[in-house]
Amino acid sequence: MRKSLLALAAGLLLAGSVSAASAADKLKVGFIYLGPIGDLGWTYQHELARQALVKEFGDKIETTYLENVPEGPDAERAIEQLVRAGNKLIFTTSFGYMDPTLKVAKKYPNVHFEHATGYKRNANMSTYSSKWYQGRYIQGLIAAKMSKSGVLGYIGSFPIPEVVSGINATMIAAQSINPNIKVKIIWANTWFDPGKEADAAKALIDQGADVIMQHTDSPAAMQIASERGKLAFGQDSEMIKFGPKTQLTSILDTWAPYYIARVKAELDGTWKSEDTWGGLDSHMFAMAPYTNMPDDVKKIAEDAQAAIIAGKLHPFKCPVIGQDGKEIECKGGANLADGQILGMNFYVKGIDDKLPGK
Amino acid sequence: MQLVLEKRTERSNTIALVSPLIAIGLTIVTMTILFAILGKNPLLALHAYFIAPLTDGYSLQEIAVKATPLVMIAIGLALCYLANAWNIGAEGQFLIGAVAGSWIAVKTQGTDAGAWVLPAMLVLAAAAGALYALIPAICKVKFGASEILTSLMLVYVADLLLDYLVRGPWRDPNGFNFPTTAEFDPVATVPLLIEGGRLHLGSIIALLVVAAAAILLGRTIKGFEIRVVGAAPRAARFGGFNANQLVILTFAVSGALAGLAGIIEVAGPVGHLQPGISPGYGFTAIIVAFLGRLNPLGILIAGLFLALTFIGGEQAQIAMKIPLDVTKVFQGILLFYVLACDSLILYRFKLVLANRQVTRGAG
Repeated sequence: MRKSLLALAAGLLLAGSVSAASAADKLKVGFIYLGPIGDLGWTYQHELARQALVKEFGDKIETTYLENVPEGPDAERAIEQLVRAGNKLIFTTSFGYMDPTLKVAKKYPNVHFEHATGYKRNANMSTYSSKWYQGRYIQGLIAAKMSKSGVLGYIGSFPIPEVVSGINATMIAAQSINPNIKVKIIWANTWFDPGKEADAAKALIDQGADVIMQHTDSPAAMQIASERGKLAFGQDSEMIKFGPKTQLTSILDTWAPYYIARVKAELDGTWKSEDTWGGLDSHMFAMAPYTNMPDDVKKIAEDAQAAIIAGKLHPFKCPVIGQDGKEIECKGGANLADGQILGMNFYVKGIDDKLPGK
Repeated sequence: MQLVLEKRTERSNTIALVSPLIAIGLTIVTMTILFAILGKNPLLALHAYFIAPLTDGYSLQEIAVKATPLVMIAIGLALCYLANAWNIGAEGQFLIGAVAGSWIAVKTQGTDAGAWVLPAMLVLAAAAGALYALIPAICKVKFGASEILTSLMLVYVADLLLDYLVRGPWRDPNGFNFPTTAEFDPVATVPLLIEGGRLHLGSIIALLVVAAAAILLGRTIKGFEIRVVGAAPRAARFGGFNANQLVILTFAVSGALAGLAGIIEVAGPVGHLQPGISPGYGFTAIIVAFLGRLNPLGILIAGLFLALTFIGGEQAQIAMKIPLDVTKVFQGILLFYVLACDSLILYRFKLVLANRQVTRGAG
């Protein structure tokens, strides 16, 4: 019995290795996901893009992912596991994978890496991110128009530049509609925690906010706003089903066009290390339909979107005035330089909050 | 007729020996069924989990790297648990050790500080971990506060302290505000054992800790004291052993080991201080301690085995697209069977007729 079992095992293993060999000429593309895939949010949007790759390239590629990989000591191993499994192009889809990705990239110069939202690069390691602040600007316009109380509620995740620049873009836009607009900020110190996010939304509404914006991933805030008859913006994914009468719009992460372009470059042999920071014009993200607002507000949003895409409108057009009333040095000519936005660690004038850690 | 659990008159040594094997056997059977239900080939899946990681040097290194902090923390915890002191806060002691050791690394960054940096980091981390563990120990001894609660709550304090430091004072000035310190200098980094690999000096330290604990428990009066205080507190009192003193001692040692594991992880595989340096090592180590039946050698094996399931889980996810949740189910089932089988050491099943009174109940 044991012998036959062993023989069976050996046979199966052999079968396994044969099928692995026939897959050798396919391009293997690997993904590291921060969270479980679920059915919405940050990781889910990357998964949608992976599925788009499979649809686009069919059996020319083979994709693999590792989900729920924490941004700690396990990340480097997880990435290396993908390399050792034969993946030649690897997307590491969260900021915290930056150093682990770089370490593995230096070790395997023949494998190409794509790291989301980081700033360290290598000859075989690209970075890609989106100018989400453009979407935040549009949301700021809508929020100021729709708010009756003149108070916006903002649920922050972590006080990193991406989030801070989102708050500032929102505020600059809102002030252009209503100079006296107020924004209340609560730092949830998490990317995903429905309980905390719901509590933050409740607290903001109790403080008079009637439009809730979030930089966290769950639809909890949308649900609270919906229960209380307030308005809200979604995040990462379409969240309209959690607030059919609540969602104004949502910033949708649409990674598919970029992923398809990079895989195509890899297949053509033209892949090279790049720093991609795309906006609405390059479809790195999109705005969900503008809903639950009158036509004039919708028009303001659509006009702003068109102007941003055409390059006529920049949310951080100089002069940008800091919280202390002093003008921020303008390093990018007419607008703040990209570096100033990527490393933003100040609030603009009118934000009544202290930036944590400052 | 009914099935009752009857207390054995004495421990069954045979079962004590084979119980973990029975548990692993039952786990494999259960997982085979689970894989079959998932439509995966059970033999290939089990191969990916248990065999594949053991067949190449790379995976073996990874297993050792993953097991290092688990084993070090679990050894300390075992000393506590043997002495009936319930340290649940090793996670916090791990973080405090990481923070304290990193302080030296951050302060000497970019200076030409010499080879003393790493040893100083290790010593300071162990001291900080020990001091941090002494808080619940002293609260228990002086005020009778439950050390289970106090040590657990201190985990969150440590977590938030680390969070504050990397977002504020220790943040990498060139890091675009992201919450992490700069990469440590080479003198502040735990050296690798194999060039280009991941195995580091910490694994050797962990082995030394295992050996030291085995000698302490097996060959010294102190070790005897620890075991007697835990197993028979009254007898220990008559014997003149001071239980309170042992609570302080075991907590300090376990805190020191957790703190040491913390700085080794930060100055080793991670390379800088950041939030999320521990994927729950301090809690997983509790499982390792019990899986290894509070015995140093057992803990070493249990730590390696648990590490194997992590590495194997990843390989199964890559090779066979088995979801990560299955790995977690697998670890849960394993622990469940281990605990269930362990009860057979002290109890046995007995069939009795329904109408007859059970005179010797369990307990």
